[in-house]
Amino acid sequence: MTEPQYYQKLKTIVSPYLPDDVSVDEIGMDSHFLKELNINSANLVDIVLDVEDEFDIVLENEDMEAMQTVRDAMVIIERKRSS
Amino acid sequence: MNKRVVVTGMGVCAPNAVGLDAFSKALAEGKSGIRFQPELKELKFGCQIAGKPNIEHVDLNNYFTSTQLKSDPGSGLVYGVIAGVDAWQDAGLGIEKEGPPDWDSGIIFGTGLLGVDRFRESVSQIDLGQVRRLGSTAVVHTMASGISAYLGGILGCGNQVTANSSACTTGTEGILMAWERIRQGNAQKILVGSSSDSGPYIWGGFDALRILPRAYNDAAEKASRPMSSTAAGFVPGSGAGAMVLESLESARNRGARIYAEVLGGAVNSGGQRQGGSMTAPNPIAVRRCIAESLSTAGISAGEIDLINGHLTATSKDSEEIENWSIALGREGQDFPYINSFKSTLGHCLAAAGSIESVGAVLQLRDAKVYGNLNCEDLNPAIEQKVHRSRVPLSTLNVSPEVIAKASFGFGDVNACVIFKKITD
Repeated sequence: MTEPQYYQKLKTIVSPYLPDDVSVDEIGMDSHFLKELNINSANLVDIVLDVEDEFDIVLENEDMEAMQTVRDAMVIIERKRSS
Repeated sequence: MNKRVVVTGMGVCAPNAVGLDAFSKALAEGKSGIRFQPELKELKFGCQIAGKPNIEHVDLNNYFTSTQLKSDPGSGLVYGVIAGVDAWQDAGLGIEKEGPPDWDSGIIFGTGLLGVDRFRESVSQIDLGQVRRLGSTAVVHTMASGISAYLGGILGCGNQVTANSSACTTGTEGILMAWERIRQGNAQKILVGSSSDSGPYIWGGFDALRILPRAYNDAAEKASRPMSSTAAGFVPGSGAGAMVLESLESARNRGARIYAEVLGGAVNSGGQRQGGSMTAPNPIAVRRCIAESLSTAGISAGEIDLINGHLTATSKDSEEIENWSIALGREGQDFPYINSFKSTLGHCLAAAGSIESVGAVLQLRDAKVYGNLNCEDLNPAIEQKVHRSRVPLSTLNVSPEVIAKASFGFGDVNACVIFKKITD
């Protein structure tokens, strides 16, 4: 899977959890989930579960903590898939 | 000095109609919301019929954000939020998305057990060692205060936001809790209501108790027979009802439409003594509750025009009638009109008191006494106390001024509230 493909899939996963006043277009590679996209911290739990299902991986607590931005998520997913 | 308390908004999500106007029409026409439920047959229930609101045509995006709809909120939460938001808007109140909460408005939204389907999913996942897969909503979809919590966030209420629970008394009890709080000046408005999930996991325990009718699976609309000599048990129901209660002062200041005044009421328990038990009411307590509701309302028994009973369609109906008759000191032709909406709704359990109270107040609004379905064969024990003319089989165009609404629940708990048409 190429980087743009990862990015696209992540955007699709994240977008339903955006608050009403944040549009999908505001998602960028370095967007911070909580601080910039204003995603409710409880919903990060759901994003992690959706990522697990989409990429067929298991994310540990430390992965979740390290997943602050879209780029962080991509790095973690790539590492899990190749290990 | 106690404040006067009035009803300024209502919302309903009932088995026979969703929304106030559809609901008043359904009750006036005796439209039944009780249907055969294939799922219950599949699961080998004795009683395979139930009352379940049809929300297919309701756009949930008008009530929830898309994020909130990402995982199914569950039937009881959906019914409660629909009824609650509708009642708020019916009261002419807006929804401010920004700024501080409304410190003078609260929510009391009761339930028996919330999100039982969701809870079952969680249990299955936990048993498989998958607790980490529960997701973010496993708590808020199943906590008893889930509905009040959702509504509190949607409406931005800053006063007390809570949930009460007292089995089938829940909805009526909540109205009296809200009345008390406003009366004492601790809140100006309270959105009060109650809700009950649909489905086999809610209804199964009652089927096991053998208190549901089993002979009407192919005649659903005939099954719920309050006050009838062929009453064979209550038909399980579900849904939600809600009201905005408000101080008369606040309602007048903002020029709100007023449906009725909550004159007063009472809650008590029979202590599971004197013939009362976990499942049967102590008759002395029921009579006390009715009598006390008259005294807090400051009216005499003779002023009651209409009773909206608990009357679930079991053998206890005649005992309930006897309790009303003794408590009010009225019988025969002198007995008030009496009806039970359970003939068309079934018994909506924790939601019964709130849905039926909405129906009770609609009779004041529309100057009608709604008819009773399925009691052409009035129970002879009831006819000994009450003249047949007081149990209308179809809707009457008479204008009640004062209505007594009561609910009784498991645990031997009682609640009775008095609504009055507001004239001045």
